[in-house]
Amino acid sequence: MTGLSRSLSRVAAIARKEFRHLRRDRLTGGRVAGVPLMMTVLFGYAINQDVRHLRAGVVDLAGTQSARLLVQEAQATQVIDVVARAESVAALEQLLVAGRIAVGIVIPADFERRSAKGDRARAQLLVDGGDPIVLGAARGLVSLPVADRFANPALAAWPRAPTFELRAYYNPERRSPVHIVPALCGVILTLTLVLFTAVAIVRERERGNLELLITTPVQTPELMIGKIAPYVGIGYAQVTLILLLGRYVFGVPIQGSLIDLYLGSGVFVAAALTFGLLISTLAETQFQAFQLAFVTFLPQILLSGFMFPFDGMPWPARWLAEVLPLTHFLRIVRGIILRGATLGDVWPDIWPLLLFFAVAISLSILRFRKRLD
Amino acid sequence: MSSEIAIHTRGLTRRFGRLVAVDHVDLEIPRAAIYGFLGPNGSGKSTTIRMLCGLLTPSEGEAEVLGLQMPRDAEKLRRKLGYMTQRFSLYEDLSVRENLEFLAEIYSLDSARRAARIAALLDEFRLADRAEQRAGTLSGGQRQRLALAAATLHEPELLFLDEPTSAVDPQSRRDFWESLFDLVERGTTILVSTHYMDEAERCHGLAILDRGRIVASGAPERLMREIDAAVLEIEGSELRAVREVLAQIREVQSVAQLGQRLHALVDRAVAEPEVRLARALDSAGVEARVSLARASLEDVFVAATRGRRESEVRA
Repeated sequence: MTGLSRSLSRVAAIARKEFRHLRRDRLTGGRVAGVPLMMTVLFGYAINQDVRHLRAGVVDLAGTQSARLLVQEAQATQVIDVVARAESVAALEQLLVAGRIAVGIVIPADFERRSAKGDRARAQLLVDGGDPIVLGAARGLVSLPVADRFANPALAAWPRAPTFELRAYYNPERRSPVHIVPALCGVILTLTLVLFTAVAIVRERERGNLELLITTPVQTPELMIGKIAPYVGIGYAQVTLILLLGRYVFGVPIQGSLIDLYLGSGVFVAAALTFGLLISTLAETQFQAFQLAFVTFLPQILLSGFMFPFDGMPWPARWLAEVLPLTHFLRIVRGIILRGATLGDVWPDIWPLLLFFAVAISLSILRFRKRLD
Repeated sequence: MSSEIAIHTRGLTRRFGRLVAVDHVDLEIPRAAIYGFLGPNGSGKSTTIRMLCGLLTPSEGEAEVLGLQMPRDAEKLRRKLGYMTQRFSLYEDLSVRENLEFLAEIYSLDSARRAARIAALLDEFRLADRAEQRAGTLSGGQRQRLALAAATLHEPELLFLDEPTSAVDPQSRRDFWESLFDLVERGTTILVSTHYMDEAERCHGLAILDRGRIVASGAPERLMREIDAAVLEIEGSELRAVREVLAQIREVQSVAQLGQRLHALVDRAVAEPEVRLARALDSAGVEARVSLARASLEDVFVAATRGRRESEVRA
């Protein structure tokens, strides 16, 4: 046998052993299939960014017919549901503080006069500014065009053309799952794959297997590659499961090529696995490895563009986000699934993942010593 | 250096912070023999073995194993070395056969030879009927046989066994030692650490370790013959009273009870020690018979470790 074929057969031996551990672990099925299934279905339904049916309260100090019409029109947008009426502004504020309503509509006593003059806002919106998404939705109400019709009944027959006509590309119905499910794919892969490899080395250290393994001829790179190989297969199984759920449960269409999508996912899977492996060489116990892994999850989820638009973040956060694999994968997966991008189109996000993989596996190999001291 | 020497160390030392775990150990271990490290927990047995297989870097001193410098040439030693760790270090969720297959692949055993070798080992170590059982469900003795089978799978020249029989019943221990002698007959050099006297007595050569230092070394028979104390056996009905009397005599190094008898170690300087003790007991009015006895390895161990403690007190 040549040196290379010996080396490859050692990698295969490690990979086969890892696969056997997985097969024998009762929790494996849950971690490989259960977590993606549960999270995709749960969050696919739960995370909804087009805000509808905000609970609203009204205090109508004018009591005129056009004031009532204004409230009706506002409710017709479906953005708000009027669930409470208050006698005074103070009472309305109390409802807001208590959390019983998210939006308060104040119609002042001089509503008619304000409407006629048109120099001041006719009514006031009180919003729970603690939630930026609610705030954004309420902003949409500020320029509610309907009110203008009451300002000058003569013009009511001439509906004014809106300043802009909004057209949503790639997601014409503006349904959240279309946006969320591809991104969820990245988040779920990060959560499961990083944890799989984060304990890979520490577990052997804790159980005493490593003391034997490091006295064998196995080389560190062989050990590292053998350790992550079986999980690439698991990553692909998860991607497939999530895409199937997305397609058949949430109706997310895949605009781009499936081959491009799988190639792009493969690069991300490899990067996530080596991220875990690096954690595993840093931690001394499995518990530490879990803690370290969780510390990296929050920035990935919050800064990657999964929760908040990437462009709205200050530059240090964006710079940090560019280092995290999930950020790049979200762009790749949204590009290919939603916009029909090719692998060439998303290359600016492929090479950072390749670089991450190369750096992380090199660091893991350098950090791992075939010594006990 | 003679090729008849498997392991040679000079001034081998390992410190962990301020603790000196192994303190200037000099060893010369011949090939094709069983060499034992005897000592209590924490005497530096495991640390020395780990330095000899290149797992720990010595703080000081030199170690040459099979003509290879440790830890520099550790990778070259891997194929020639079998190592049985103190703690069971095979995979508990893999079967007996899977564990052996895994190591056979890691050691790049010929795939043609692999199956035959594993079958022979399963047979030799009486594990054939357990081959498909998971290692985690084996008994202590079975685990130990599996661990030895795994350590000898690639037919190493040198075998390190770190307290291999600590969780094993007496019958399994006997069988285990039979296997070791078989291996030595085929030319394997074995270094075994233990805290059992009977096991130490089976070794061809022995080093007694105490707090990181070798306090005595040589063949067990020689150590017992040349013990630096007279061994006296005292029989009587009032052993408690005997002990009290002996405690008053400066030259008595130690007293240990063995059933209905006491073993006392007395300084070599005392002429006719049995007469001296008998007189002392007589004058104290305690009835007992005193006779000279053959030293056991335990006596050697006690005399050797005590000698060092005394010299420390004086210093």
